[in-house]
Amino acid sequence: MHTKTISQLSAALRSGEVSSVELTTLFLERIKQHNPALNCFISVTEAQAFAAAAAADLRLKAGNAAPLTGVPIAHKDIFCTEGVKTTCASKMLDNFIAPYESTCTAKFRDAGAVMLGKTNMDEFAMGSSNETSYYGAVKNPWDQARVPGGSSGGSVSAVAARLAPAATGTDTGGSIRQPAALCGLTGLKPTYGRVSRYGMVAFASSLDQAGPITYSAEDAALMMNVMAGFDERDSTSVERDVPDYSANLDNGIEGLKIGLPKEYFGEGLDDGVARVIDAAVKEYEALGAVVKEISLPNTALAVPTYYVVAPAECSTNLSRFDGVRFGHRCDDPQDLFDLYTRSRGEGFGAEVKRRIMIGTYVLSAGYYDAYYLKAQKIRRLISEDFRAAFEEVDVIMGPTAPSTAFKLGEKADDPVTMYLSDIYTIAVNMAGLPAASIPAGFADGLPVGLQVIGNYFDESHLLNVAHKYQQATDWHLQVPKEFQ
Amino acid sequence: MEWEIVIGLEIHAQLATKSKIFSGASTAYGAAPNTQACAVDLGMPGVLPVLNKEAVRMAAKFGLAVGSRVSNRSVFARKNYFYPDLPKGYQISQFELPVVEGGRLEIQVEGEEARVIGITRAHLEEDAGKSLHEDFHGSTGVDLNRAGTPLLEIVSEPDIRSAKEAVAYMKKIHSLVQYLEICDGNMQEGSFRCDANVSIRPMGQEKLGTRSEIKNLNSFRFVERAINFEVERQIDVIEGGGAVVQETRLYDSDKDETRSMRSKEEAFDYRYFPDPDLLPIEIDEAYIEAVRGTLPELPDEKKARFISELGLAEYEAGVLTASRELADYFEAAAKIAGEDAKRTANWVMGDLLGALNKEGKEIADSPVSAELLGGMLQRINDSTISGKIAKQVFECMWNGEGGADSVIEAKGLKQVTDSGAIEKIIDEIIASNPGQVEQYRSGKDKLFGFFVGQVMKATQGKANPAQVNELLKQKLA
Repeated sequence: MHTKTISQLSAALRSGEVSSVELTTLFLERIKQHNPALNCFISVTEAQAFAAAAAADLRLKAGNAAPLTGVPIAHKDIFCTEGVKTTCASKMLDNFIAPYESTCTAKFRDAGAVMLGKTNMDEFAMGSSNETSYYGAVKNPWDQARVPGGSSGGSVSAVAARLAPAATGTDTGGSIRQPAALCGLTGLKPTYGRVSRYGMVAFASSLDQAGPITYSAEDAALMMNVMAGFDERDSTSVERDVPDYSANLDNGIEGLKIGLPKEYFGEGLDDGVARVIDAAVKEYEALGAVVKEISLPNTALAVPTYYVVAPAECSTNLSRFDGVRFGHRCDDPQDLFDLYTRSRGEGFGAEVKRRIMIGTYVLSAGYYDAYYLKAQKIRRLISEDFRAAFEEVDVIMGPTAPSTAFKLGEKADDPVTMYLSDIYTIAVNMAGLPAASIPAGFADGLPVGLQVIGNYFDESHLLNVAHKYQQATDWHLQVPKEFQ
Repeated sequence: MEWEIVIGLEIHAQLATKSKIFSGASTAYGAAPNTQACAVDLGMPGVLPVLNKEAVRMAAKFGLAVGSRVSNRSVFARKNYFYPDLPKGYQISQFELPVVEGGRLEIQVEGEEARVIGITRAHLEEDAGKSLHEDFHGSTGVDLNRAGTPLLEIVSEPDIRSAKEAVAYMKKIHSLVQYLEICDGNMQEGSFRCDANVSIRPMGQEKLGTRSEIKNLNSFRFVERAINFEVERQIDVIEGGGAVVQETRLYDSDKDETRSMRSKEEAFDYRYFPDPDLLPIEIDEAYIEAVRGTLPELPDEKKARFISELGLAEYEAGVLTASRELADYFEAAAKIAGEDAKRTANWVMGDLLGALNKEGKEIADSPVSAELLGGMLQRINDSTISGKIAKQVFECMWNGEGGADSVIEAKGLKQVTDSGAIEKIIDEIIASNPGQVEQYRSGKDKLFGFFVGQVMKATQGKANPAQVNELLKQKLA
């Protein structure tokens, strides 16, 4: 039962084959058993989970269940949850319990999904390996000497190890797709504005977007049916009808025009990864798709531009953590300056401090034009690259990450190398486009993800394209040995 | 050397919206600390600002009233600095693209020519909370009720040339925002306050001198005194061979002086950048025209009308239009009174304002309503009572003894217009004062007043003065 997709679990719950309390018990047991090794949960909310499961079972019996009613899921610990600690994997918020619920988690709660707990992540979602967490690194279930990717490392590790059948993540520069790739899962970053950011602790407001982490595209569609939609509490969410993401999964993809950006297949791409991606593209051709080489000329500028824009926004988003109203406060502050500097100095980890400093620098008088303003201009050029590409092709494909999961500690002391692990994902956030990573095979026994980038609000089509591939392959159903 | 004073004002007017500019919390003043601050106002993690459109409408209304351009697209920016009463560590304000740009306002200092002061811009922003230093020994309390209250910051050009002009400008804006019903103008509660940028330069020089910025002036009197002090200080510095440094200064009203708060070197780098949580404000022409349609008659227009239609003098019209409440009161009373608007003006400016001042009351709290005053003036106009008796009637109305008619009735104050009755009294007075009659007739004209007084005394002031004059003249001739 623990390896089933949420589509299958949903059916099993409805048929009465299993109850939500039984499923919840099963997954909580698995978490107890495996979390000490994997470290993918920061909080396990057993009591709340059982209460929600019991309520879901009543709803299922009463016949007014939604598709996810009774299905256990995990939430990244970046979503504020009323009455349950929300840490963002930071010492700063180690004691923080929000008096409100994020829109995203509220929608899952209202749909009857059962929250098992809150998953580990890079501190404030800043990282690509889940090594910056105050609560320690998360292990990759495929090889526990390796990172799961980040920043949604806890969510992918939990789902890959079948400790939860699905989870939420957030993606600012690849934080859903890169870890999904490294752990052999399906991850979707929706169009910016498709999912409400209300109650999601902000890292870089113009880039952050929540999305699902699942086994299959079919499951991702079920999650999106709950998550997506306008929220009047988020001015950047878009007032636009939400389609039924499950409706078009089986549409044929004959004649689908796939663009392969030559910049995504050059230097820095691991050979093993390249081979897997080539094979996946061939599979698509076999399914009737047409492949075309395209160019996204400003690709190389995406990472440096991102590391101006994202730190700039984070430097001010994180100003509210000042030790005055909530979060970590230093002991015995001598004066206001001491309160600020020690509370922040003690509460934030090294990577967060690095980005706050970079961000503060690029927004400073005299540097603003050369960094922030210029980055915004390049950001428009990057969007323009994609706009032009989508005049020629329907979707863009390439590797999600340049390599498979790397060893814990391997890049931890080299931020620039670490930043380059998001080289293929970052441009998508800069442009605000939707993109998925889907399991496409293995290199040296480690999962490889295929990235599929779609046009704005084209999630439904993206999921259809992913689903057709998953009908023809079973990479997405592979389970690491220890967790089968 | 002769110095020219150069002043620019940044006025902060709290907009009279029911809820805050980016949250649904109430803006009402005076609640217990931190009871009107929601998660957004507290800057909790993950919460987001949502613009209160009413604040935009009010800003547009102001812009149209001062002949500004209301921007079709304006942008909120974050102004970054740390302070305990600034929960997010940044203030949401507008920087490069404000909602209102350009504009002008004519001001007049009594006894001087009218002058036009340019308005550079007006932008929307959120207010901060309040730090409370009293009652917390060795630490500071923070009340975030005010955090997120909408402010319109109105920035003038450096066109103001004296402290008196600064006050006239501030008063005019103060009046205007209340006419527009976009700000309650309550300066004690901090709803209307300003910062003054002050510099001096040798008369005739074009280049501006180095300015200092005096923060947070919350009364007209403080604006005048702070500027005057600061100008003297700058003159002393320069004439003493020194140089004015660019700095922020605070006005201490107890000591009547300004003192340095921070210099340019210590000035914050606010690191303004567009707030990614908020979309730009997009306003189309149809919206602007719809707002224009809601503009009331503005003070200058009203003043001109009072002069041309009601025959008031420039000064009277100016006083009566200084606040919308006063103008409305006057117009309502004048309408009921019927003829002679000037008489109504005199009563409003004299007896009414005098009585209000004496008791420290606002026009809205006047015990004598416009209806009551108008009713009384009607009785003067139709000769039921004299102007002198009216003073008595007014006092009775002030004390809550009812309307003019019932007071006149109850106290028997109706004017005697029966000439037979008056003649009879005059005859008696002439008969009993033969000495004075003789003196008057032999040329001592001044004694005429004596006879009027006697008649009035005998009639308890109720005789029609005009009639008394006429009859006395006949009889004494």
